[in-house]
Amino acid sequence: MTSLGKPGTVARPRTGGPRRRRARGVPLPLLVPGVVALAFLLLPLLALLVRAPWGSLPDQLTSAEVWQALQLSLVTATAATGVSLVLGVPLAWLLARTDFPGRRLVRALVTLPLVLPPVVGGVALLLALGRNGVVGQWLDAWFGITLPFTTAGVVIAEAFVAMPFLVISVEGTLRAADPRYEEAATTLGASRFTAFRRVTLPLIAPGVAAGAVLAWARALGEFGATITFAGNFPGRTQTMPLAVYLALQNDPEAAISLSLVLLAVSIAVLAGLRDRWMTGA
Amino acid sequence: MGMEDRVRRGGEVSMEGEVRTEADPARVPTADPAPMTGTDIPVEARPRAVGEQGLDARLVVDRGDFRLDVALTAAPGDVIALLGPNGAGKTTALRALAGLLPLTGGHLRLDGTSLERTPPESRPVGVVFQDYLLFPHLSALDNVAFGPRCHGAGKAEARAQAAAWLDRMGLAGHAGAKPRRLSGGQAQRVALARALATRPRLLLLDEPLAALDARTRLEVRAQLRRHLAEFEAVAVLVTHDPLDAMVLADRLVVVEHGHVVQQGTPAEIARRPRTDYIARLVGLNLYRGQAGGHTVRLDAGPSVTTTEDLSGPVFVAFPPAAVTLFRDRPTGASARNLWRCEVAGLETHGDQIRADLTGELPLAADLTTVAAAELDLRPGASVWATVKATQTHAYPA
Amino acid sequence: MIRSVRRTRRMLRLAGAGAAALISLSACSSSSDDSSAGGSDTSGSGSPKLSGSVTVFAAASLKESFTTLGKEFEKQHPGTEVSFNFGGSDTLAASITSGAPADVFAAASPRTMAIVTDRKNTVGTPATFVRNQLEIATLPGNPGKVSSLKDLTKAGLKVVLCDKTVPCGAAAQKALDAGRLKLTPVSYEQDVKSALTKVELKEADAAVVYKTDVKAAGDKVQGVEFPESAKAINDYPIARLKNAGNAPAAKAFIALVRSAEGRRVLGEAGFLEP
Repeated sequence: MTSLGKPGTVARPRTGGPRRRRARGVPLPLLVPGVVALAFLLLPLLALLVRAPWGSLPDQLTSAEVWQALQLSLVTATAATGVSLVLGVPLAWLLARTDFPGRRLVRALVTLPLVLPPVVGGVALLLALGRNGVVGQWLDAWFGITLPFTTAGVVIAEAFVAMPFLVISVEGTLRAADPRYEEAATTLGASRFTAFRRVTLPLIAPGVAAGAVLAWARALGEFGATITFAGNFPGRTQTMPLAVYLALQNDPEAAISLSLVLLAVSIAVLAGLRDRWMTGA
Repeated sequence: MGMEDRVRRGGEVSMEGEVRTEADPARVPTADPAPMTGTDIPVEARPRAVGEQGLDARLVVDRGDFRLDVALTAAPGDVIALLGPNGAGKTTALRALAGLLPLTGGHLRLDGTSLERTPPESRPVGVVFQDYLLFPHLSALDNVAFGPRCHGAGKAEARAQAAAWLDRMGLAGHAGAKPRRLSGGQAQRVALARALATRPRLLLLDEPLAALDARTRLEVRAQLRRHLAEFEAVAVLVTHDPLDAMVLADRLVVVEHGHVVQQGTPAEIARRPRTDYIARLVGLNLYRGQAGGHTVRLDAGPSVTTTEDLSGPVFVAFPPAAVTLFRDRPTGASARNLWRCEVAGLETHGDQIRADLTGELPLAADLTTVAAAELDLRPGASVWATVKATQTHAYPA
Repeated sequence: MIRSVRRTRRMLRLAGAGAAALISLSACSSSSDDSSAGGSDTSGSGSPKLSGSVTVFAAASLKESFTTLGKEFEKQHPGTEVSFNFGGSDTLAASITSGAPADVFAAASPRTMAIVTDRKNTVGTPATFVRNQLEIATLPGNPGKVSSLKDLTKAGLKVVLCDKTVPCGAAAQKALDAGRLKLTPVSYEQDVKSALTKVELKEADAAVVYKTDVKAAGDKVQGVEFPESAKAINDYPIARLKNAGNAPAAKAFIALVRSAEGRRVLGEAGFLEP
C-alpha cells in the first residue's frame, strides 16, 4: 500500500491527478461515521465559543463569584488528586503485584464509582460519612469532625469519583512494567519498599501522571456527588460546575462565561500533556 | 582474544575435542579429585568443612512436577559453572541461591551463616542477570552506586565507589550514559560492576554472555575470566554454552532434570562424559556397555575393542575425528572395530564435514570435504566405519 | 489493555447516554404527536372526550398534592395520562423558556412565573390558586431547641436554606429581613425538597421550608412556626403554556386544580386559600 503512493515510480495510471492519495487508504464506511463523530464532539464546544458574550466577558470574569468558584474548584480538584495519588497508587500496587483472595472482586468494586451515577455516589457518601452516617457519626462523636457542607467534603466527593481513574491507570502500567527490575533491586540490597520507591515508581511515572491528569479532570468537573454531599455555599462548597448550573437559571451569560473558563482550563491541561495521557508510558 | 586466552591457560581448547589443561599459574591450585566411583551421582570428594568460608548448599526446590535437588559446595575464589540443557533447573538453582525462590528443603550456608530464611536483600549475594536489568532511568554510574546506597553509603560516597568500579571495567567515559546508550558488552560490564559493588560473598551470573553477539562474546568472555579470577569469593555461573563453562569455570556441575549428573574439572568432564548431553556438548561419541577384558559389548548391539582392561558396566567414548570411513569393506585393516553404517545426514562443521551415521552403531564421524567427495557421500549412502582401539576410551560407569 | 477497556467503557457510556437522550426525545415528540392528534377534535364543545398525555411542570412543594390531583384527573378522564416534573420553580422556568415541552406550569412565586410570561410563553393571565407559608423544619424532638426564627442564628446550628433564586429562598430572605436577622446557612439548596431532605437525613439541624413540606414529611421532622413568615407568604400562580401539545387537557387540569375538589386536596396538604 505504501509504495504505491509514490507518483512517478509506478507505471499504471492513477485515478485523478497526482494529489488523490489522501482518501485512498481510508475506507468510506469508516471515514463517514468518523467525521460525524468528530462533528458531534466538536459542535457543542464550537457553539460555546460562537455564542459567547465576548463583549461582556471581561466584566463577567472579574466578578468575585467567578474567581471564588474557580479558585475553589482548582484547589479541591488538586487536593482530590493528591488524595487519590497517596491512596490510589498503593492500592494499584496491591492489585497488580500481590495475590490475595477476592482480588478480582476488589478490582471490580474499585471501578464501581466509574459507572455509578455521581448523585448516587453522593447519597452513598452521605450515608457513610454524613453526620448520621455509618462512620460519620463516630467522626462527629469522637473528633467533632463533620464532612458535609465543608470544603473537605468537596474534596472527598471529588476523590471518590476520581480515584478509580487513577487506580485503573496505574494498575495497568504496573502490570506492563517488568517486575524483574524490583528483583534486581532486592539482590542489590533494597527492601521491597525501597525497590518500589527508587525503581518501580520512576518506571511507572508516566502512567501515574496520566492517571493523575484524568483524575484531576474528573474531579474538576464533578457535580452530582458534590452538590449532594457537600451542598452549595459560595466560596466554601460552590465549585465551578455548580456555579454554572446555578447561573444558568438566572444569568445565562454568566453561565457561558464560566463555562468558557472551565473549557480554557481543560484545554490548557490537555495541551500541556499533549497526547501522553492517551498513550501512557 | 580467544587463542591468547587459551594459551594463557597453558592448554588447548577445541570445540569438539577434549580440554587438556596443564597447571595454570594464574589459578589457585586445587586438589585433584578422587577417581570416579561407580555410583551414578559422584560424591564430591573435595573436603569442605562446614562453618568455614565458602558455599555449602543443598538446594531442594519442589515446583509442581519438577523437583530440583542439587548439592553445591565451593571455596572462596572458586568459579563453578552450572551446565545443562534448557529446563534442567540451573536458573532455578541460581534463583534459590539468590533468595528469589524459597527452598523447599535442604540447606544453604555461606561463610558459615545459614541463609535459608534470609530475604534476598539481606543476603551477601550479587546477581548478574541474563539481560542485565540495568535500571533504565538511572545512568551507569547511578546503577552501580545503587547497591552501596542501599547498604547505607551516602550519595557522594556511593558514586565515588561506583566510579572506581567503572574505571576498573574500563568504562570511565560512559559513567553518565543511560543503559539504552550502552553496547551489549558495555552493559554487561556495568551489570557486573553493579553486582560487585556491594562486595558480595557469592556472585551469581545467569547466562552472562547469552545476550551478546559472537564477536563481542569472545572479548567479553576473556574480560570476564579476568574479573572472575580476581574475585575473591565464590562465583557460580549458569550457562548452556560449554565453551563459556570451560573457559570461565574451575569446576563444572552438570545438571539434568533437576539433578547433578556429573561434576568435576572441565578436563575430567570432557574426558569422561557420563551422559549423552555432556558427550554431545564436548563432541564425543558415547556408549554404555558391559566390559569383559578388552572387549565391551555395547548396549546398542555391536562390540568394541578397547585398550583398557575392565569388567562390568562401562562407558566407551571416542571423538568423531577418530572415525575413518570406507566405501567398501576394508580388508586386512588393523582396526578391529568395524561397523556397517548408513549416512543419515551431513553438515559442515568448521572446515570439515560431520557425517551423522546410523546402522550397526549410530556414530558421528568427521572428515575433510575432499574425503567426503572422494567417498561420494550422500544421505542414504552406505559406508563402513572403523575406529582404532587406541583412540577409544573406556571407563567405569 | 486497561486503557482500551476504559475507552470502550467511556464510549459505551456516551453511546448509552446518547441513546437514552434520543429515546426520550422521541418519546416526548411521539407523546406530543399523540396529544395533538387527540386534541384536534376539540373546539370548545361542552365536555369533549379528553385523551393523551398532559405534562405539568410544578414547584417542588406541590409534589404530594399535585400527584394526588393527577391521579384523580386520570380517573375522571380515562385515556389521559398526567406526567409531572417537580423542581425548583426557577429551574423549571428556565427549562420552559429554553423550549422544554410542557402543557401547564405551576410556580411557587409570581416572580418565577414572570420569567415565563415575559417571554410570552403563556396563554392568558396566570391565576393564583394557593398560597404557601414558611415554617421551620427541625430534627424530631427539636434537640437544638429552636422556637423562633432568631434561634436559627445560634452558633453551631447547621441551617439549610433554599437558594435566593428559588421562591422558598426568596421568601425566607424576606422573612429574615422583616425580622432584621442575618443568617448564614451551611448550604443553599436548589429546591425546597432538597432542603427538607437534608433535615430528614439528619445532616442539617434545621431548614426553612413551607408548611406543606413539614406536613408532608410527617414525623421525620418537627415543625416550628414563626411570626415573620406572615410577612413572606408566597402566591402560587398557575398558567397554561402557549406551546402546549394538549391544550384541552391542560385547560381541564387547571380547572380541576382551581375547583372545590382541588382546593380541598391542597388545603389538606397545608396550603392557604388564595
